[in-house]
Amino acid sequence: MTTETRPAALSNVSLARRAWNIRRKSLLMGEVQGQGYIGQALGIADVLATSYFHAMSHRPDDPEWEGRDRFLLSIGHYAIALYAVLMEAGILPEEELETYGMDDSRMPMSGMASYTPGMEITGGSLGQGLGIAVGMAMGLKRKENPAFIYNLMSDGELGEGSTWEAVMSAVQWKLDNLICLVDFNNQQADGPTRDALAQGDEEKKWAAFGWHAQRVDGNDLDAVVAAFDEARNTDHPGPRVIIFDTRMCKGVPFLETREITHFVRVEADEWAKALDVLEEGKPA
Amino acid sequence: MTHASMARKYEARKVTPKEERQATSAMIASLAAEGYETVNAPFGHALVNLARTDARIVGLTADLGKYTDLHILGQAMPDRFYQMGMAEQLLMSAAAGMAREGCIPFATTYAVFASRRAYDFIAMAIAEENLPVKICCALPGLTTGYGPSHQATEDLAIFRGLPNMTLIDPCDADDLMGMVPQIAAHNGPVYTRLLRGKVPSVLTRHKPDYKFQLGKAQMIREGRDVLVISTGFMTMRALDAATALAKDGVDVAVLHCPTIKPLDVETIAAEAAKGGRLVVTAENHTKVGGLGEAVATTLLTRGITPTFRMIGLPDEFLEAGALPTLHDMYGLSVTKVAEQIRGWV
Repeated sequence: MTTETRPAALSNVSLARRAWNIRRKSLLMGEVQGQGYIGQALGIADVLATSYFHAMSHRPDDPEWEGRDRFLLSIGHYAIALYAVLMEAGILPEEELETYGMDDSRMPMSGMASYTPGMEITGGSLGQGLGIAVGMAMGLKRKENPAFIYNLMSDGELGEGSTWEAVMSAVQWKLDNLICLVDFNNQQADGPTRDALAQGDEEKKWAAFGWHAQRVDGNDLDAVVAAFDEARNTDHPGPRVIIFDTRMCKGVPFLETREITHFVRVEADEWAKALDVLEEGKPA
Repeated sequence: MTHASMARKYEARKVTPKEERQATSAMIASLAAEGYETVNAPFGHALVNLARTDARIVGLTADLGKYTDLHILGQAMPDRFYQMGMAEQLLMSAAAGMAREGCIPFATTYAVFASRRAYDFIAMAIAEENLPVKICCALPGLTTGYGPSHQATEDLAIFRGLPNMTLIDPCDADDLMGMVPQIAAHNGPVYTRLLRGKVPSVLTRHKPDYKFQLGKAQMIREGRDVLVISTGFMTMRALDAATALAKDGVDVAVLHCPTIKPLDVETIAAEAAKGGRLVVTAENHTKVGGLGEAVATTLLTRGITPTFRMIGLPDEFLEAGALPTLHDMYGLSVTKVAEQIRGWV
């Protein structure tokens, strides 16, 4: 690994601070719109910080660099969180933050490849990302390109049959360059994921299909970092999955304890309060 | 289906004399009219020829390699062939992913499965991103007697509404072989219907210098009384019907229109505007949302109003049975095409 490929990793800024910055930017974008998938953004911030500032090779000034690790956002509505990390990584200019979800913005509410530098695919039609990831991983192998494909998906997408088609295929083609990240907050649009279409022990299920499977607390940075390291470095001859148990609204206690729903309601006067509360937990 | 209508069908079958009953066959070769030479697996061989000169070409299938002639590529160049299993949604998303990494994927299955089961994946992973995935699908329209589960009678209607998508319904082996390099060179998604196995060579027989041109409709036969605008194998039917009608003194022109979208509106409008001819569209597809409606729109919006008729499949789920019987039943046989035109002239 050359030094230029992972500039962010060489920074003195701690991962905890990166994750905090992602949360703060997400809240600022939510404030601009007066709404947003803020619960998910706050919950996944530690995973995104670890992806972009610990695990992935990428060049902020060249988001289409051929040697980059590819990060696919299957869950289009998490775009608010990905924009935050793309700004934090210097791929998107921070000045655009206030355009989030506005007319003419490069940052639409649901992520689309044709709008945003660094957005690899158009997500949003849930259950598509992992299949695309399989094809990209096969394409990388054809080119003998050693990059990794990361696919971030939600627990709700585990209900889509197409996800399991891709799960089987990744094993069939021994895609050891594919790392699937599952955000398990047990919350989909109508309620708890496990009350809708439960898979039982999700980690065992992936392992039974032949994946290298891990399950960790997605808001414990040390555990997240260790899981990424293991997923990248294992000699398992096939694909890898990390299931992250995350807490929606993590970092803003008064939202964390609110009745959690897919679309967390934040009143107009609460955005500033949320930013104040976040400020109190600012890491070094 | 009600018990009453089932009983009616059963009664109808009982009265068909045994010696006149034909067996169901899935073989596309049964389409060939007598007198046409056939080419074996023209799509598969054309793809191998192209793959030998272009390293970006790969083929993917969802357990239908042998039934889409993609197995020819698999045998000749195994490292270019991806058996994705019986998983059409995966087939389309993985093809999209490979295209993202610089490949030109040819993804094959049956037309029913691509258009009905995998539509959202084609729409969002391929078409919305304008990726160069070539979706090549066998058993188009009424080319099997297996019934609605295998008869893609509305695939063109489904895909006509999809932005960025180029749509092709080739007539014969000449179209298929000419089409493969041209759709690969087209920088965007393509949906094409396939004919597999022994495929007749029709167009060069009627017009020796015929060459498929993406996006172009071409006159195959001139005629003063009727202009048939046809696509897919219905051009073969139209040409054979034209030969029969000539004996009755009816002079039929045939404009072959293999590219359904983007439609060659200039050629169609110019030919239809040549006054005095009855204009008939002919397609192996429901009359809803196919070539006929596309031509009608083209003509009306330009103020061209010839007498206009459509040959195509009814807005119904079709019967199972032997293909020649079904083509007669639904008006796609040479005899029925000629009869319909004769009745309109």
